Amino acid sequence: MPTKIENVGCPYCGVCCDDLVVTVSDDGKKILEVENACAIGNQIFHHATTEGRIRLPRLRQPDGTYKDISYDEAVDYAAKVLHNAKKPLIYGFGSTNCEGMAAAAKVAEKAGAVLDNCASICHGSSFLAIFDNGYPSCTLGETKNRADVIVYWGANPAHAHPRHMSRYSIFPRGFFTGKGHKSRKIIVIDPRHTDTAQVADIHLQVQQGHDYDLFDAFRTVVRGHDIPDVVAGIEKEKIIEAVEIMKKARFGTIFYGMGLCHSDGRNHNVDIAISLTRDLNDFTKWTIMAMRGHYNITGPGAVWSWQYGFPYCLDLTKRDIAHMNPGETSSIDLAMRDEVDAFVNIGTDAGAHFPIEAVKHLRKHPWITIDPNICMASEISDLHIPVGIVGVEVPGIVYRMDNVPIQYRKVIDPPEGVISDEELFERIHKRLCELEAEETVKEHVKAAPVGVRAGE
Amino acid sequence: MGELLIKNGFVFDPLQGIKGDRMDIGVRDGKIVETSALSSPKTIDAAGMTVMAGGVDIHSHVVGPKVNVGRLFRPEDKLFKSPHKSPTCNRMEMGFSVPSTFKTGYDYARMGYVFVNEAAMPPLHSPHVHEEIRDTPIIDNAAMPVFGNNWFTLEYLKNHEIENNAAYTAWLLRATRGFAIKVVNPGGTEAWGWGLNCEHIHDPVPYFDITPAKIVTGLIETNEHLGLPHSMHLHCNNLGNPGNYTDTLDSLRLAEGYTAKNEFGREQVMHVTHIQFCAYGGDSWRNVESRADKIMDYVNTHDNITIDLGAVTLDETTTMTADGPFEHHLQALNNLKWANTDVELETAAGIVPYIYSPNVKVCTIQWAIGLELALLSRDPMRTFITTDHPNAGPFTRYPRVIKWLMSRAARDETMKTFKWLERTIESTSIDGIDRELTLYEIAQMTRAGPAKALGVSNIYGGLAPGMDADIAVYALNPENMPSDPEMIEKAFSRCAYLVKDGIVTVKGGEVVTEPAKRTVWVDVKVPENAQVQRDIYEHFLRHYSVKLDNYSLFEEHLHNPRVIEVDATE
Repeated sequence: MPTKIENVGCPYCGVCCDDLVVTVSDDGKKILEVENACAIGNQIFHHATTEGRIRLPRLRQPDGTYKDISYDEAVDYAAKVLHNAKKPLIYGFGSTNCEGMAAAAKVAEKAGAVLDNCASICHGSSFLAIFDNGYPSCTLGETKNRADVIVYWGANPAHAHPRHMSRYSIFPRGFFTGKGHKSRKIIVIDPRHTDTAQVADIHLQVQQGHDYDLFDAFRTVVRGHDIPDVVAGIEKEKIIEAVEIMKKARFGTIFYGMGLCHSDGRNHNVDIAISLTRDLNDFTKWTIMAMRGHYNITGPGAVWSWQYGFPYCLDLTKRDIAHMNPGETSSIDLAMRDEVDAFVNIGTDAGAHFPIEAVKHLRKHPWITIDPNICMASEISDLHIPVGIVGVEVPGIVYRMDNVPIQYRKVIDPPEGVISDEELFERIHKRLCELEAEETVKEHVKAAPVGVRAGE
Repeated sequence: MGELLIKNGFVFDPLQGIKGDRMDIGVRDGKIVETSALSSPKTIDAAGMTVMAGGVDIHSHVVGPKVNVGRLFRPEDKLFKSPHKSPTCNRMEMGFSVPSTFKTGYDYARMGYVFVNEAAMPPLHSPHVHEEIRDTPIIDNAAMPVFGNNWFTLEYLKNHEIENNAAYTAWLLRATRGFAIKVVNPGGTEAWGWGLNCEHIHDPVPYFDITPAKIVTGLIETNEHLGLPHSMHLHCNNLGNPGNYTDTLDSLRLAEGYTAKNEFGREQVMHVTHIQFCAYGGDSWRNVESRADKIMDYVNTHDNITIDLGAVTLDETTTMTADGPFEHHLQALNNLKWANTDVELETAAGIVPYIYSPNVKVCTIQWAIGLELALLSRDPMRTFITTDHPNAGPFTRYPRVIKWLMSRAARDETMKTFKWLERTIESTSIDGIDRELTLYEIAQMTRAGPAKALGVSNIYGGLAPGMDADIAVYALNPENMPSDPEMIEKAFSRCAYLVKDGIVTVKGGEVVTEPAKRTVWVDVKVPENAQVQRDIYEHFLRHYSVKLDNYSLFEEHLHNPRVIEVDATE
């Protein structure tokens, strides 16, 4: 009999749906059906049991091909790379669990590495704004139960967070919102007429790159002052209409996305969005939330904040005091300046996401990819270490976009012999400690990693 | 584990009434034993030093979501304020007012503390709390889930359904692996869901149509119905506002007529926390004044209440509380950054940085009130030293608070730095108090008293045989106390020795090893209650954003538990 496993968390986006029902074959090896997930989440589960999964670490050979090696050998290689590097960078973590992030931080601290996560190229500008202005937010259930006005600003959940609108914001019937969609006003602000804009009561087609101007106009109207006839391509009447709706709300939430943090203004756009939220709280209740991308990209911000006090761009190379200065200690900037002499890509694909110049610099030095799957990063690495897929084969805690921890389950075992991110980092840590001890005995004769660079 | 003998120290153990007698303490296998039971112990020479049980903190925000937002959004709290890594510790230590988990554990240990009760756990976030507990070394942690604005609680108590509320409470304590009933601004935080507040205990909560007073008495009854180790733990309505002492007295009066029913030696039915913030007279910040005298008059004459101070330490710090409307009010006062997290069906939280400056009249009056409360206390077993870490100041300032309480000269020295000294003296009674607390009273206020109030005085807070071998040795000679009060602060900042579970953990003020820590929680057995089971099912089906089965903490996320069992099926 195939078994149905209920309340399964989805390892795709920051919505962190935890209502999936996964049917597993009677031998526990094959995923037969995934209910409730969006098309993308569905695919992640089915992909886990397709043919061709990598089952052993692969080390680059002189002829450019990969050769399978054991986990012990891979751990030894990785530990030696980290041990020998002056400024290794460990980057990624959008798609792994918090246990893995905590173990990775232990490794980074021991090795004296820079530790960074995908926020660096994503919602990092939100962090900058939060450092300056705070973050009046709420959990998604609050929005569902109370909100009668929803604003999506520079975000397109219809594509990027497929179940966000149905689970939390526009459509659900909550405690004080029994009429669901009918009891809510939806305002979408986006230069494009997106599929999210389709369901809006008001769509303000802001002029590309002029979000800050529009926020400024909103704040001016909220405070009872006059504005020019047209701001950021939007007519004054339209702005006043939207602001009136927002001021009269019982409870509102502004969801914002990359449209703010990666268009002109960046952190300043987010900063003024927060200021608008603060202004509105003088009249009624408003909250704001970043549409975090991956299912656990909120995780490293949480874990490293309690471990070091910083959410991203952590420079631990001094092995003394952690240091964060985005621009100086952020992954892309480090790579562009060729300051990094070893790179660990974990739970993301820097090969696909980083600017090509950054990738070229990183490729001059040892590059290790830790990922369950073949991706662009794994194909240009010196070492690829496969791990179990969190949420499918490995359980653990992940943080939803509203900072709520969700306990993920496993539905099947990982392929035989494949270990978790956490176990991998714990083993690398152990090996690092051994290398350190050996070095103390040998008086600083470095142990060189055995292997061949991919480019050689 | 082995054996240990702490020889010739001046022992202060209020739980046994030992007042500085010169005696030996024996340790075997992590427990305190009669010295005659030892065969070949290692010896610690504590001659000329003060020996107390490991410290117990009844109220401190050290782990969990709002603490972590405080860390995340204040990089400036790390800059130039983090110590160099200790070569004897495993991990780096970052931050000042909201330290990293590692720094939290190490610093408490250095001060000789072994048990810290996290002051507010939003139930929905319990997996986060337990993750941070895992990463907080050495000290044992408990965490109190918040109930005062929980929809289940409001609905049950509105109709005075104590048994149903008790069944739900028992379920939630188990689901979150929580320790006690915490109540923050009852009703007011739910009102904050609409941007409102309940300033007085008879203000109705929007929609739920119950008053804060009814929530408080209902939760006292629930607590005593269950017989939990700790009492209902209250953060009062209208906290932090001028003239609020009358509201505080109203809240205190709610405990009248209730007596403690439990098997843990606890005598109070209400613990009122950081009462410094609730003891203000006047009607505006212009004429705010101390009403510590009125508060302590009441507390001194009512045995069923315990308090902790929330003493202001005059630092730049980070305020954080589940009192969402208060934090919104505060950001309007100081215009600094403001974080807020409303938690569905349960609670809220706000975080705002705050600078308690000796140049600001209100701050120095607050400083005086915190100390007055302790100095006016007639029962140190019911008055506990806290700073409501990090709200009135970081916990690392406890030694400084102890110094102020033990030395009039130290208080005078600090007061000399005040810009508004005259106004501070006029508005408070601090200048008229000569009392200096003794080491015995400090032991009452920092270990024996809190342990008793938490209902864990059979394990923590004392040095009787059979208890955990948690022992702090301070380089202070009670027969020859230093003339310089700074030496008192120094001695309490870095203990000479801390023995935790029989293991020498701190030596000469430095952490030398990191023994396993525990998570302490309370498991209450209650009769099966179909009504409550159904209500839980319904709310999770319709109103929560997570599934019921994913809400309760998975066993694998509970770290090294120590469970206190309570049977309330009778």
